[in-house]
Amino acid sequence: MTAALDLFASAGLWAAMLRIATPLIFGTLGALLCERSGVLNLGIEGIMTFGAMVGWLTVYHGGDLWLGLLAAALAGAAFGLLHALLTVPLGVSQHVAGLGITLFASSLAYFIFRLAIPVSGSPPTIVPFQVLQIPLLSNFPFLGEALFHQTAPTYVAILLALLLGYLLGATPLGLAIRIVGENPHAAEAQGLDPIAIRVGAIAFGSALMGLGGAFLTLSAFNSFFPTMVQGRGWVCIALVVFASWRPTRALLGALLFALFDAYQLRLQHIVGKAVPYQLFLMLPYVMSIVALLVMARRARVPQALMQPFRRGER
Amino acid sequence: MRLERRASVPVTLAVAAPFGAVLVALLLAGILIAMTGAPVLEAYRRILISAFGSKSSITETLTRATPLILTGLAVAVAFRTRLWNIGAEGQFYSGALVAAMLGSQHGLQLPGAALIPILMVAGAAAGAILMLAPLGLRLRFGVDEVVTTLLLNFITILTVSMMIDGPLKDPMAFGWPQSVPIVGDAFLPKLVSRSRLHIGFLIAIGLALLIWLVQERTVFGLETRAAGLNPAATTFAGIKVNRLLVKVACISGGLAGLAGAIEVLGVKGYVTTDLSPGFGYTGIIVAMLAGLNPIGVVVTAIFVATIFVGSDGMSRGLGVPSFIADVIVALSLLAVLVALVLTNYRIRR
Repeated sequence: MTAALDLFASAGLWAAMLRIATPLIFGTLGALLCERSGVLNLGIEGIMTFGAMVGWLTVYHGGDLWLGLLAAALAGAAFGLLHALLTVPLGVSQHVAGLGITLFASSLAYFIFRLAIPVSGSPPTIVPFQVLQIPLLSNFPFLGEALFHQTAPTYVAILLALLLGYLLGATPLGLAIRIVGENPHAAEAQGLDPIAIRVGAIAFGSALMGLGGAFLTLSAFNSFFPTMVQGRGWVCIALVVFASWRPTRALLGALLFALFDAYQLRLQHIVGKAVPYQLFLMLPYVMSIVALLVMARRARVPQALMQPFRRGER
Repeated sequence: MRLERRASVPVTLAVAAPFGAVLVALLLAGILIAMTGAPVLEAYRRILISAFGSKSSITETLTRATPLILTGLAVAVAFRTRLWNIGAEGQFYSGALVAAMLGSQHGLQLPGAALIPILMVAGAAAGAILMLAPLGLRLRFGVDEVVTTLLLNFITILTVSMMIDGPLKDPMAFGWPQSVPIVGDAFLPKLVSRSRLHIGFLIAIGLALLIWLVQERTVFGLETRAAGLNPAATTFAGIKVNRLLVKVACISGGLAGLAGAIEVLGVKGYVTTDLSPGFGYTGIIVAMLAGLNPIGVVVTAIFVATIFVGSDGMSRGLGVPSFIADVIVALSLLAVLVALVLTNYRIRR
């Protein structure tokens, strides 16, 4: 029992929390932005897969790591625009369109990957992002190792969450996005263009999803393999509800979730074979459902979420 | 430019839309095939030949279509009432697991004539239970079923993995994680000798016809449609929508669970975690391509099976990655969504 508690005293646990949280932060912020404008984006799982693939492939072909991230963001935005085209001007069912995007983006990612990298024994690797030493902070005893031994994208993700919180909460653009997600007809009466705002929010949000996927291949691991996203996108969708559609809470939710995940990974080593490892692997998904359960009644859903907007049609 | 709802949809347009959509998808996928350097028309010809060129390839395609008909029906039935069951994949595995568990030598000790129907019902029941849970969360706590059914897929597959690594593990499988095989009596009779095609195919078609009859000719069928189109008005008309949803959830989950049971009893004889190459997710595409029509599901399931079985053969010959099959069906889904809008609306300047 003390061994299980001692885990919290290891800096490695907290460092792992930040590492595991990073793709979730990107993905959750992306999904949150889409939903705040009124559109559910279930394309997330596929967009993350494609981002992971295209980011890795860019670096593998000699590109810079940051260029890899840019490629993933652009590819994410492209799939976002496709989802936006289907759901905003055409008003297609957002559930089905999103699942279609997921199937399309992930199968296209596997296709392109297989074309670029013929089957081989061990998957080729790249040199991923290295830990970024922050002067002074990284040398701090315990805290330095626990919180300031991360790769650059992790810091970017955390800053982005705060920035997005500010953008949505305190700027005219953020207000515009929120109005469109609450009542697009009222937004139009105010002279806003709900269609343009939704398309923009989905494209930008999907770019963030692409970044979340690319973190997996450019920082967390150093190679790409099919099914590597492993439902993280769906976990992000659940985290958005848990966060009540607020960026700073999304950050906290992702960190909490990742802390639990990092903890169970270490707990597995302690309990060993006594408990089947599959039970531990199930925990993230079970936790997501519990998070939905806890927050479902309390959360303030954007009122126009999943309602297509058509001019002159109520 | 704006969309304006058509007062009435011409029948020819409604029928032509999915065909046009599939054509567009094949054209777009053709660009990808051309990028690999393979001849496009030859690739499509080989897909057709690999899927229908011989007796063995035809039976293989229909064998592959069988679970897709059932998962496609599962999704179609649910979506019609706006029950967003994205969990057919998990329900499939729960049905497969229960059928394999009860059908093994450690399971029910019954003669074949009684054993097979009981195993099918048990598989369907497992699938139904797995759909009732998320519906319960929706009705009781207001949790959207899309995410819960999706997450349950992962939980269920991990449960299968745990069982075939533990209590159900076949000691004779050289350490491979797979379940103890079912007894000889539990195997479904073959439809064509020396092939994999089994009577499950006929069961799937029979169920498609039955569901079509229920939807078109019974009060229950009308109610499920009304509840999907306008739940508020349906409630106002005195129909208990929640009760209706429970029934639809049982039917939908049951069909997906049955698909899993039939795949074990008809094809594999045991469960592994790669029993389904995404039958549950592909079922969504099958259902949408069919416009949620049960008879249409049979046609689109055979189409999708053709693409998958055919692409395997084409891939071996021309070196085009077989993932092209997934790309084609995903593009078909996206194209059919656009086509459906264009049949129901017209573009006005």
